[in-house]
Amino acid sequence: MASERKKGRGQIRKAPFILLTVSTLLWIVGAASGEPSRVLEQAWQVCLSCIGIG
Amino acid sequence: MEFARKWVQILFGLLTNANWAFPFTRSIYQGPLKVICSPGLNCYSCPSSTTYCPVGSLQNILGGIKISLSNNQYFFGLSVIGALGVLGAMFGRMICGWACPFGLIQELLHKIPSRKFSISRSLNYGKYAMLLVVVILFPLIMVDEFGGSSPWFCKFICPAGTLEAGLPMLLLQPNLTSTIGALFYNKLAILLSVLLWSVAASRPFCRTLCPLGAFYGLMNRFRMVKLKLDETRCTNCKACHHVCPMGVKFNENPDDPECISCLACLHKACKFEAISIEIGGMPIAATPARPLGTNVPDSAKYPF
Ligand code: SF4
Ligand code: SF4
Repeated sequence: MASERKKGRGQIRKAPFILLTVSTLLWIVGAASGEPSRVLEQAWQVCLSCIGIG
Repeated sequence: MEFARKWVQILFGLLTNANWAFPFTRSIYQGPLKVICSPGLNCYSCPSSTTYCPVGSLQNILGGIKISLSNNQYFFGLSVIGALGVLGAMFGRMICGWACPFGLIQELLHKIPSRKFSISRSLNYGKYAMLLVVVILFPLIMVDEFGGSSPWFCKFICPAGTLEAGLPMLLLQPNLTSTIGALFYNKLAILLSVLLWSVAASRPFCRTLCPLGAFYGLMNRFRMVKLKLDETRCTNCKACHHVCPMGVKFNENPDDPECISCLACLHKACKFEAISIEIGGMPIAATPARPLGTNVPDSAKYPF
């Protein structure tokens, strides 16, 4: 209960920092493997499936 | 605050759709900005779009894993998941409330005067099924003889794609009309249903179908910026229940995956300073004091 009250006044939460770190690492690994060029390649084409005629 | 939020939504809509040359080029933007992830649902085949759609990209990468691996390319969608993870860890579904063009469209439609209806909370699970089954599993499992798959959500469901890309592209490139068939009419029917439903209910697509909303919703509990309840001040008057556009009972579940941080409960409802904003656990703004006896106006209430 005491720790609950302390949390109510403001105690830094670790979870968002852990998630941020993990997500940044995932992004770096993906970027290092060359994925952004694949993403660009798709994004530069009109995706016929996306617009419902492919 | 609602006024400020609308302007931020419009600003994000314009930032993710900054290619205003499209009436002259009659095609989509093909510049380097398209390496940036759109925070909200915004079709990257929309002629004005200057960012990539994370839902479309993820499906395309997952659907092409076998082909990539056979070319010694290790593409598993990590850059897309990482970009979404960073946004989710910071803001969770605050993105939905402040930065998604398709969310804004649904909000504007809901302002049309009509009889309003609630949405059963059991339907909220639909969007998790969309994320897990249609966005992730189908592209991985339903592979053709060449080892590739389709972006199933984009192809068969996404109403944002039909509205932002399908219809404008048919206008810009009339030769495409010869290729439309059952697939297009199916998507058009889904779009019209979602638009009509948005008039009668608050953000139906966001709550029941959107895989991006599901992803951010899973991160709501752990996000950096969120609303906080001071249980010692909450009187359980339930005023926050009536103003929430997402059907959240804030004082019963402050970390509800549906909360889009629109701040209506903070600014329009709570008279007891029980709701505040926190960043990473540190409070940054307390509820401004409201004169006691001020009631929530009926115009601000939702039928939940
Ligand atoms: S749920 Fe989807 S469509 Fe709705 S605001 Fe969030 S990302 Fe946009
Ligand atoms: S709980 Fe409050 S901030 Fe969250 S969506 Fe509802 S009214 Fe908006």
